[in-house]
Amino acid sequence: MRKLVIWNDPRYRAWFFQILAVLLVGGFFATVIANTVDNLNQLNVASGFGFLQHTAGFGISQTLIEYSEASTYGRAFLVALLNTLLVAGIGIVFATVLGFLVGIARLSSNWLVAKLATVYIETFRNIPLLLQILFWYTAVLSNLPAPRDSMQFGGMLLNRRGLYAPAPVGEPGFEYVMLAFAVALLGIIILRRLSERKRMHTGAGLPVLFPGLGLVFGVPLLVFWLAGSPLHFEVPQLRGFNFVGGLRAVPELLALVFALSIYTASFIAEIVRSGIQAVNWGQSEAALALGLRRPEVLRLVVVPQALRVIIPPLTSQFLNLTKNSSLAAALAYPELASVFAGTVLNQTGQAVEVLAITMAVYLSLSLLTSMAMNFYNSRIALVER
Amino acid sequence: MSFVRKSYLPETSPPLLSVGVLGWLKANLFSSVGNTLLSLLGLYMLWVIVPPLIEWALLDAVWQGSGREACLVENAGACWAFVAAKFGQFMYGRYTFEERWRVDLVFLVGALTVGLLMIGRMPGRRYLAVFGLVIYPVLAYFMLTGGAFGLVEVETSLWGGLLLTFVVASVGIVVSLPLGVFLALGRRSKMPVMRTLSVIYIEAWRGVPLITVLFMASVMLPLFLPPGTNFDKLLRVLIGVTLFSSAYMAEVVRGGLQAIPRGQYEAASALGLGYWRTNLLIIMPQALRLVIPGIVNTFIGLFKDTTLVMIVGLFDFLGSVQVNFSDANWATPQTAASGYAFAALVFWIICFGMSRYSMRLESRLNEGTRRA
Repeated sequence: MRKLVIWNDPRYRAWFFQILAVLLVGGFFATVIANTVDNLNQLNVASGFGFLQHTAGFGISQTLIEYSEASTYGRAFLVALLNTLLVAGIGIVFATVLGFLVGIARLSSNWLVAKLATVYIETFRNIPLLLQILFWYTAVLSNLPAPRDSMQFGGMLLNRRGLYAPAPVGEPGFEYVMLAFAVALLGIIILRRLSERKRMHTGAGLPVLFPGLGLVFGVPLLVFWLAGSPLHFEVPQLRGFNFVGGLRAVPELLALVFALSIYTASFIAEIVRSGIQAVNWGQSEAALALGLRRPEVLRLVVVPQALRVIIPPLTSQFLNLTKNSSLAAALAYPELASVFAGTVLNQTGQAVEVLAITMAVYLSLSLLTSMAMNFYNSRIALVER
Repeated sequence: MSFVRKSYLPETSPPLLSVGVLGWLKANLFSSVGNTLLSLLGLYMLWVIVPPLIEWALLDAVWQGSGREACLVENAGACWAFVAAKFGQFMYGRYTFEERWRVDLVFLVGALTVGLLMIGRMPGRRYLAVFGLVIYPVLAYFMLTGGAFGLVEVETSLWGGLLLTFVVASVGIVVSLPLGVFLALGRRSKMPVMRTLSVIYIEAWRGVPLITVLFMASVMLPLFLPPGTNFDKLLRVLIGVTLFSSAYMAEVVRGGLQAIPRGQYEAASALGLGYWRTNLLIIMPQALRLVIPGIVNTFIGLFKDTTLVMIVGLFDFLGSVQVNFSDANWATPQTAASGYAFAALVFWIICFGMSRYSMRLESRLNEGTRRA
């Protein structure tokens, strides 16, 4: 065979292009970094992460951990991060519940219910999320009554300053109740194992549902009674123009949670619908032919297969919801994008560091999620011959 | 044999509850106790939502008026007079009043081009596509910015409203498509360096929210350039949006590439085509056709996401609506709700229309494969 000229040999070509790419990207970053350093020197902006130890000097309206104006920027970052996770956590729970309900409703044999679900999905997923957030915040929540004529449901109060709920306060001895609860959960796991083992041997398992419920509710309640009811509720009180005490969710949080859950639920509903439809009807027929009852068919045959289709896109919706919580920047709800990439950035002027930290947080959240996802996928993937 | 009937009995009509409207109602709404309860619940929800909505949006609404007094009447519904008065701002932002015909013209030509392209089999479609992708953007650029051919220059800081929304979304999608194609090819490349670089780029942009990208574009981009250079805020945002959406576009295109059977590559190399010719002449025409619905969906997402530019201080459609709430002449309790309702309606019509179009395309594409 004739020897190839070096510039026609694919291997050398590949090397050449790859080295070229590395040089180009490296050169690009070198220029950018050099320019940035020049610019920062000209602007006299400090660099480095030392600012995280400086006093922040601004207040935050909703904090999960202790925070005051004398706290550091680092503390403000933590507060903001926790608030992001709070919005995302609540939003994910509501969006999942609502999304599953709507998704199942869309497949209902009831014409009206199916149509209502379709209208819901088509309405909310075609309107920008930011618009929905602003609508809830400006058009709905700020038209609520003032604190003195709050709306009441159960022990909860709703007014234009937010949603107030009684705060549970544990007294000494309450830790035993929590411990009893943990023990009960452990008991259920053991019970299920035993039942499974018995089913493998004899074909009939132990009853799990009612003993389990008894464990979860009965044991902690018993301990609660034995320890002398070590819990009271701190009810919010009207002092002057505002309520004091109890748990409070600021209206910004409410607007965000409403909009995020309603918007994301419309996407989750579609995922759930397609997941259920992806399970072949023959699977249900085969299961019925084997003598399983309807609920068992759903629980043991349809749902596990549907979940395999549902869960990967579902997690990416959870991730979207988390990233979309950054739209709080438009409402000044104190989470990462608004407190850290907003207030802190403006006060310190250290745009590079602040944005780098913010983006790194979101990036690691999504990388962690996709890692968990890949792990889950490899566990549930169909084992093919 | 006298008991054998010689003739048929006359047909009786089916039970009343199994045919016609009643039959339909029974089968679809009241087939069982549970279903009946669900139907009643649904009817109750309709009754709670629909009549007040119609009352607010149509019956009690104020349609005409030149100021807040019109909408401050007792039990007033939506203040559409506000929307009517501010309509120009919602569409063009603060674009110079005398020059707005230029925007209209650009919109009109764009709508005509897209409309004709959507018709399907039409003679000269190819030329129209070239016009839409090559000539039209240049034309639109000169028409909108002006400063040449005797047109007055209109600064981009004056642009706003639906105009800006469309500019950001279409520039974002049109520029990110070629970028996305390169990134998708890079991600599937056999060269480890190219693959790694593409993966890092795609995953990094997809992992962060658009809002931080916009912050970065408006705050950090000027720092990246040689000292002394400064450029347009709109351009900065456009760069941010384009880089961001190119990562999503890359994933869409990759989906199309993965659907191309290996035989196509093998056949191309058997014909003696190299890497670029294989991709340009054989693979891409098939892959891109497959992902048109995906591209439309990305465009819908981007179109909704352009609302975020208002957080960095550009007045897109939503931003223009929002900024007019502070007009003291229109300060009424219904102003915000009416403005948002109007914006929602406009966005909904555009996004819903596009998603229906993409679904139709998808089924048409599937038809082709089913026949084969």
